[in-house]
Amino acid sequence: MRLLRQLLLAGLVLVAGRTMALIETYEFSTPELEARYQQLSEELRCPKCQNQNIADSNAPIAQDLRKLLHQQLEQGATDAEILDYMVARYGEFVRYRPRFGGANLVLWLAPVLLLCAAMVVLIITLRSRPKSAATTTTVLSAEEQSRLQSLLERAEQDS
Amino acid sequence: MGPRLKLFLPLILFALLAITLFRGLGLDPNEMPSALIDRPLPAFNLPALGQTGMVSAADVTGQPALLNVWATWCVSCRVEHPYLKQLAQQGIPIFGLNYKDDDSAAQRWLEELGDPYRFNIADREGTLGLDLGVYGAPETYLLDATGVVRYRHAGVVDEKVWQTILEPLYLALSKGNGVP
Repeated sequence: MRLLRQLLLAGLVLVAGRTMALIETYEFSTPELEARYQQLSEELRCPKCQNQNIADSNAPIAQDLRKLLHQQLEQGATDAEILDYMVARYGEFVRYRPRFGGANLVLWLAPVLLLCAAMVVLIITLRSRPKSAATTTTVLSAEEQSRLQSLLERAEQDS
Repeated sequence: MGPRLKLFLPLILFALLAITLFRGLGLDPNEMPSALIDRPLPAFNLPALGQTGMVSAADVTGQPALLNVWATWCVSCRVEHPYLKQLAQQGIPIFGLNYKDDDSAAQRWLEELGDPYRFNIADREGTLGLDLGVYGAPETYLLDATGVVRYRHAGVVDEKVWQTILEPLYLALSKGNGVP
């Protein structure tokens, strides 16, 4: 019984060790660096698993980038330096918060421009609409009236 | 715009949207242009696999060539390997970048499966891989004669990829003395 318990314990320790190995922990010299690490690792996109940031991803490349991020932060690099370094290697794609400028302007300004366009269309549509409901009830001319009559009659005959 | 045409506006909008979205279905999100396109290969000084000397960017320049990123832990590299040998037999210069790998395992791989590479750069820590923006293996870079990156293919290079993408670019580079 005692042996069994010891074996079980040994097994649990082994399993725990393996699970721990999956998530690396980094020591930071100051809490500020750690906060910046959190922020940047959430802002940087994993190039391999494209819909995850490097904080969430367990892909080898994300692990490498986290390690690199930690090194760069400890070496005193600024946020801008780190982001430039990443963009130079992996392209604009690597940023979840794209830079304002260049081709990215389309991304940033499209919502505003589309909203403006929609407003213009809305205003034009509302303006071109007749003022009151009364004027919209158009009276048929005599010619139209007789055509309607004949159409109705034909429909009755058909059925 | 006539009132008749106005009626069809929603249909036209729908058709445009449908075409855009349908096209999106056929696109491969992994096909991202490398950030290094039209820029020179990053400088490096790394050991050559199985040799005593070091190699640098100057050693892979002089002719248009392929730089293939591979590793023994990469399953798709095994799939790609026979086709690379075929290309090497046709006389295409291929340099290997052995990425985050164990030297002895890599040498064993080349002995067992054949060696299509002129030589291999042993990038044990993945530093060159990082500078190149490698995010997985295999990846294949097309370099011109001056060592400028012209194209990056992420994934397996097979007959289809070679014939439709890489070969036309390679031939264009070869014709113009390697510089377009």
